[in-house]
Amino acid sequence: MTAVTDRQKLQYIAAKAADARVNVELETEGMILNMGPQHPATHGTLRIVAKLDGEQVVAAEPIAGYMHRGYEKLTEVRTYPQITALVNRIDWLGSFANEVPFILASEQLMGIEAPPRAQWIRTLLFEMSRVANLILFLGDMGVQLGAVTPAFYAFRDREFVLDQIEAVTGGRFHPNFDRIGGLKDDLPKGWLVETKNVMNKVRSFCDEIEGLFMNAEIFATRTRGIGVIPADVAMQYGLSGANARASGIDWDLRRDAPFGFVYPELDWKVWTHPDGDSFARFWVRLQEVRESTKMIDQICDGVPGGPIMAKVPRIIKVPAGEAYVATENPLGEMGFYVVSKGELAPFRVKIRSASFNNVSITPWLLRGVYVPDIITILASLYFILGDIDR
Amino acid sequence: MSDQNATPEDNTELDDTAAPEPEAAVVEPEGPKDEAREAILGRFVDALGEAVVDSHIVVDKDLWIRVSADAWHEAGEVARNALQARYFGFLSAIDWMPSPFGRSMDSEVDRLLEAKDEAQAPEDAAVSAGTSFEHGFAGGETRFQVFARVAHIGEQGSNWGVTLKVDVPDDSLALSTWTKVYAGADWHEREAHEMFGIDFTGHPALRNMYLPTGFEGHPLRKDFPLLARHVKPWPGIVDVEQMPTNEAEQLSTEESGTAEGADS
Repeated sequence: MTAVTDRQKLQYIAAKAADARVNVELETEGMILNMGPQHPATHGTLRIVAKLDGEQVVAAEPIAGYMHRGYEKLTEVRTYPQITALVNRIDWLGSFANEVPFILASEQLMGIEAPPRAQWIRTLLFEMSRVANLILFLGDMGVQLGAVTPAFYAFRDREFVLDQIEAVTGGRFHPNFDRIGGLKDDLPKGWLVETKNVMNKVRSFCDEIEGLFMNAEIFATRTRGIGVIPADVAMQYGLSGANARASGIDWDLRRDAPFGFVYPELDWKVWTHPDGDSFARFWVRLQEVRESTKMIDQICDGVPGGPIMAKVPRIIKVPAGEAYVATENPLGEMGFYVVSKGELAPFRVKIRSASFNNVSITPWLLRGVYVPDIITILASLYFILGDIDR
Repeated sequence: MSDQNATPEDNTELDDTAAPEPEAAVVEPEGPKDEAREAILGRFVDALGEAVVDSHIVVDKDLWIRVSADAWHEAGEVARNALQARYFGFLSAIDWMPSPFGRSMDSEVDRLLEAKDEAQAPEDAAVSAGTSFEHGFAGGETRFQVFARVAHIGEQGSNWGVTLKVDVPDDSLALSTWTKVYAGADWHEREAHEMFGIDFTGHPALRNMYLPTGFEGHPLRKDFPLLARHVKPWPGIVDVEQMPTNEAEQLSTEESGTAEGADS
């Protein structure tokens, strides 16, 4: 132990004072950087107002609301069967997945259950919309880093998946196919075989993406250790889906609350990553697409026969009560809190969309990062504007 | 099949009046119990005491707990720290006043049903004209309620979620904020503030999320008119298509519980 002499103390204070003087002389004024609402990197109309100190963000405030369509109000004047047409516009890239939690909540209130074949096909289309949605993410992540090639690959291969969805439902983006008590229609002939071919294409797309990104040094330096979200913070902000799993939270509603689906009968696993950075979020989603293609293959082999619609009254009046049903959508936990008073229309529907919570962490997350990293962090959080604003 | 038909009047502390499972009805007239959820409710009651006003359990599905307005912040702390429900789902509000504009629906089916309702339910109108509203699960006394959902994420299979409700005092329309407990409540409270006009005291910045600054009114309140519905008729009128009558009759006889058979 050496005691610090007074002289050393004075030297230290003098050095600090000199540093401070230099800093005052070179001090720059903070700058406000406005990104959006039409910024290409926000793929939608999200506006970010960032206060900068040099290249570093001091405070960032995302401003949403440019696409608010008031679905919660609109549901109050629509009948239950009409609402699916509204809600599948929330996350427009995986729109079948939006209908499912609402239908499940209504079914729970009515006390009916879809027949097994409908549950299998529902799970199948649910996973198809996840694949269609996440393929675009995998390509889009490259665009935000300045690599345009993956986006073309993504749009090419997503089209195969959308074609399959269109063949069943008649709509590429807005299927409006799920019904209380089952599904609108059965699968067309030969569709299952073709779907398995498409899944092979998706798997080779994943390999391509892995080859392009995982060995790329630039990708690693731009994403490793950038935008780290610890598990506890992720939970506090209600992050869900791949964002939570990339922070090491082993939480997947497909496994933990599979009510109305056939996930327990399939062989699959939940991928997590301990790092919680942009890279982890990308990696988890890449593995999830692969896992989904495996699930779809298994469902194609295992779809049982039987009816696709349970017996439901022609005019649907949902008994009074409340129900909250959430499912693991492509973007994360999407839930519908439905309050019914026994009428044709719900009394109140609270839509808990994944992106709203996922983006609400950005003021915390963007503090202290460098300007170019804003783009990669936002891209890795992966939000759909319709899913924030509803 | 069992318990969703429970009406708000059936709410009791332990939900022993929920419609029982058909096979259990003979053996156990009180209906099925949900021990896991009752245990969680018990822990809330232990920690909060009198502040737990009411609760509701839908067996094997979900748990609702209503706390008093003074204890709203404390309830959040108890949920997060004592019960380790660290995952914040959402927070929102509900306006229990029946809409003064009716259903705002004008398809033929609605008119048929409305005519039926008016004939048989004059007492409903009396209720809605008064100050007491018909509340949902776990009851309520005020027009506005705030509800939030939190969940415990731990070992696989031990996860649970709970919906916490609170009456917002009619005179002040203010609650204490949850932003200190769950940071994610920030945006949700801003949304509830502009949509319902509920004040969250202690919130750092209750700015509008969606609406322009200076917008008057609170859109999700029931007395805020949905103008689109009033200026032009709903195009969904054409949605109603006739079905063969024999099949419709079949359905209405088989589903005697919920079927309306209003097309006859």
